[in-house]
Amino acid sequence: MLGIALLVFREVLEAALIITIVCAATRGVPGRGWFVSGGLALGVLGAVLVALFADRLADAFSGVGQEVFNAGVLLAAVGMIGWHVLWMSRHGRVMAREMQALGGAVGAGSRSLLMLLGVVALAVLREGSEVVLFLYGMVAGGAGGVTFGLALGVSGGVVVGFALYFGLLRIPLRHFFTATNVLLIMLAAGLAAAAARYLVQADLLPALHAQLWDSSWLLSDGSLPGQTLHILIGYDATPSGLMLMFYLAVVALLSVGMRLIDRPAKPPPSARPTIEAGV
Amino acid sequence: MSRRLFLISLILASFSATAAELPQYTLVIRSHTFQPAELKVPAGSKFKLLVENQDATPEEFESIEFNREKIVPANHAITVYVGPLPAGRYRFFGDFHQDTAQGVLVVE
Repeated sequence: MLGIALLVFREVLEAALIITIVCAATRGVPGRGWFVSGGLALGVLGAVLVALFADRLADAFSGVGQEVFNAGVLLAAVGMIGWHVLWMSRHGRVMAREMQALGGAVGAGSRSLLMLLGVVALAVLREGSEVVLFLYGMVAGGAGGVTFGLALGVSGGVVVGFALYFGLLRIPLRHFFTATNVLLIMLAAGLAAAAARYLVQADLLPALHAQLWDSSWLLSDGSLPGQTLHILIGYDATPSGLMLMFYLAVVALLSVGMRLIDRPAKPPPSARPTIEAGV
Repeated sequence: MSRRLFLISLILASFSATAAELPQYTLVIRSHTFQPAELKVPAGSKFKLLVENQDATPEEFESIEFNREKIVPANHAITVYVGPLPAGRYRFFGDFHQDTAQGVLVVE
């Protein structure tokens, strides 16, 4: 029973942390509760479907269907988070100002919310399908206390999510969306690195050095802090070269993209005198 | 569309061609235990690991130490590509039955 609760907790924790960051990033947006709940519902539905078709998925693409699917889901989530982050760099400052002026409520683009609904759905789908398969095995194997274990595991994950959320709310409003943007960028980078791991596992892309370093003596991926940091900032004790490349590429693309969009408009280059013009 | 499919199958075919040259090792899951529980593989070279689940319930083959994770449906076999790894002992386990499903990859 405790074993069941522990496994469910670990899977739920991953989804819960992602949902928490999404909730924080959409703070003050009217109707976001509906979007998050919608994403949750879609994710649970998707998780059951994925679990039902696990056999067929495993056989697809000459045996690497699981990896292709997981990498696809992860990269789709990266794209959606990226879209939101870039959108926020255009509108975030106005949103924060409006929130201070109107005491919380702001109008945000529904397309950006839709992206985050997608992120929630994909996170729940990925972790949820593992929970469904695991519980199916437990029930089929005649294990006791499955319902209680499930309830305990889910509650544990939700509690940690809420704790993080209220922790994030303590960040002053001026810096709030900067902080959630940084969190979203690192989350996206970590998900991209996880996608890279699947692509290497399936031998679809080269590892570019299977193990760049081993920091498991300091912080193991299996420990609770290791796992939490794995979701939040993409920590991995034994990353491959490709994982690091994917991680850095997402961080670079999104932070440079943010800067470029956020920069006040400059006069076109032709309007300014250039040294070359004088020579 | 058909051109894209053709390209994808071409890419996949080229990969499976290289994969065929890799040495393959087999692990069997039976009654939620790994057989063998200790598998010897050479250091410094990539290999293919076949995990065959003979149980009637799904399992998740996982290793934190060599960073792999894959669902093995009931009565199914999956493959994962591993390494090249430096010499050492790397634990792996069945995530859904951790009490019994434990094993070690001995890389030497």
